Amino acid sequence: MISTDQTVDSPPSALLRLKGVCKNFGTRKILSGITLDIPAGKVTVIMGSSGHGKSTLLKLLIGALQPDEGEIYFEGQNLCAFTAEQWDAYRLRFGMVFQSGALLNSLTVGENIALPLREHSRLSESIIEKIIKIKLELVGLRGFEDLMPDELSGGMRKRVGIARAIVMDPQLVFYDEPTSGLDPVTSAVIDNLIQSLTEKLGITSVVITHDMKSAFTIAHQMAMLYEGKIIAHGTPAEVRKCDDPRVQQFINGLPDGPIPMNRSKGSYLEDLFGMDEPKMI
Amino acid sequence: MNLWRSITALFEYLLCLFRLGLQCLYWIAIAPFEKGRRPSYRSTVHHLVFAGVNSLPILFLILLLVGMILAYNSAYQLKKLGIMSLVPGLVGVAMTREIGPLLTAIVISARVGASYTAELGTMRVSEEILALDTLAINPVRFLVVPRLIAMVILFPLVMTCANCVGMLGGMLVGWLNLGLSPEVYYQYTFDNLVQRDLTVGLIKSFFFAVIIILVSCHEGLAVIGGAEGVGRATTRSVVNSIVLVITANLFFAAFFFLQEQWI
Repeated sequence: MISTDQTVDSPPSALLRLKGVCKNFGTRKILSGITLDIPAGKVTVIMGSSGHGKSTLLKLLIGALQPDEGEIYFEGQNLCAFTAEQWDAYRLRFGMVFQSGALLNSLTVGENIALPLREHSRLSESIIEKIIKIKLELVGLRGFEDLMPDELSGGMRKRVGIARAIVMDPQLVFYDEPTSGLDPVTSAVIDNLIQSLTEKLGITSVVITHDMKSAFTIAHQMAMLYEGKIIAHGTPAEVRKCDDPRVQQFINGLPDGPIPMNRSKGSYLEDLFGMDEPKMI
Repeated sequence: MNLWRSITALFEYLLCLFRLGLQCLYWIAIAPFEKGRRPSYRSTVHHLVFAGVNSLPILFLILLLVGMILAYNSAYQLKKLGIMSLVPGLVGVAMTREIGPLLTAIVISARVGASYTAELGTMRVSEEILALDTLAINPVRFLVVPRLIAMVILFPLVMTCANCVGMLGGMLVGWLNLGLSPEVYYQYTFDNLVQRDLTVGLIKSFFFAVIIILVSCHEGLAVIGGAEGVGRATTRSVVNSIVLVITANLFFAAFFFLQEQWI
């Protein structure tokens, strides 16, 4: 076990570094040997089909799960050896945008965004009000402070989620499926927002998605997860040129190829008729 | 083997409640000095209103009816002995020592505990609890502690009011059917009621409040399995709260009885 005061020689631009990360749920291997550098000030897209470990990887990065093997380093410090105080300090340095927005339904939009400020800062209410307006303006929703989350559309909830994630001016923002379930226009708005936050505020973004249009629009670096392993990694152009048929099938959205659509278990005939072959009468 | 597994599961469950209780104690008594973080005043007031003020009508109705039932039933027996004058005392003592705390606990666990479990469970399913974690906001401090403080404050208050309403129910029966005027009923009640009866009820009310909040919040925070999981947790929350409250009541009954013997 590497202690927190031990650091690794990560490249100066790598904000997060995963080294041989493995995660199992019971006997099921979810992630096996993930090694990846996430550069500072860039958008890194982690893509892959459902059930191949994207969300588990994200949960490891935000500290909701601990890896069974391997280490994750944030600015050279091992997350696995963090104390509760170090976790709190780390959490204040990243923001998380959930797939559903995960806004607190009992609070208004403004109160949701103000929550981290009220909890972790001693700013006056008038300053907090101003920060709420600034962050809502960034996501194009100023004037919606007094609405309840239930009164917002899916896209608006995600944008409020982004405003809440960046309210503490984090270095790093994680996005879980930011464009899933949204119409093309709202998806494009969210993509623009992620790009502009990275470019204007220098925020490092890690985006988990299987929306290929969005991924190729925003990514500086991409990694594709397949059965818990990274099978392609590089710039969008490099990934597009990758000759792995699984990558090509995935990024082109082809129904036929090495990635099986059918994940049924056991023999179909046996399931239907209780035998290997139907009896010929 | 199944019995052994059940006993182990029971102790594990009680251990989880104990751990949650310790965490609450830390955030109430230690963290304000260590970390300068006090429990939310606004949230506590919100829960005082939701769990306390809004519970009063149903609680008053039930205690009024039970007070009347108790008066009729005690009168039915005491009439044979010709000591109807003991009805007010019996209703008063039973109300303050046993029926009041127990029925308040049952009503509060069904009305408030179930709602807390469903609310926290839904928050867990919709990733709101995880969102709090990622915002470095401890869910126990933010969600459980204000509910616990509110419940510990409001339970004795609503229970005392409900006890009065219960005794009022008895007084109504005494006046209408037993030939005891309200003045006489009042006099007989307070002739038999002693300070100790009130203290016993208040001590119980503190523990019942803690049990209801720990069970309902633990069940809510531990929900797995989506909407169905929330439903299951809510049922478990009410059932477990009631069973634990009644079990605790038995221990209190035995404890106070034995204590009175020693005195």
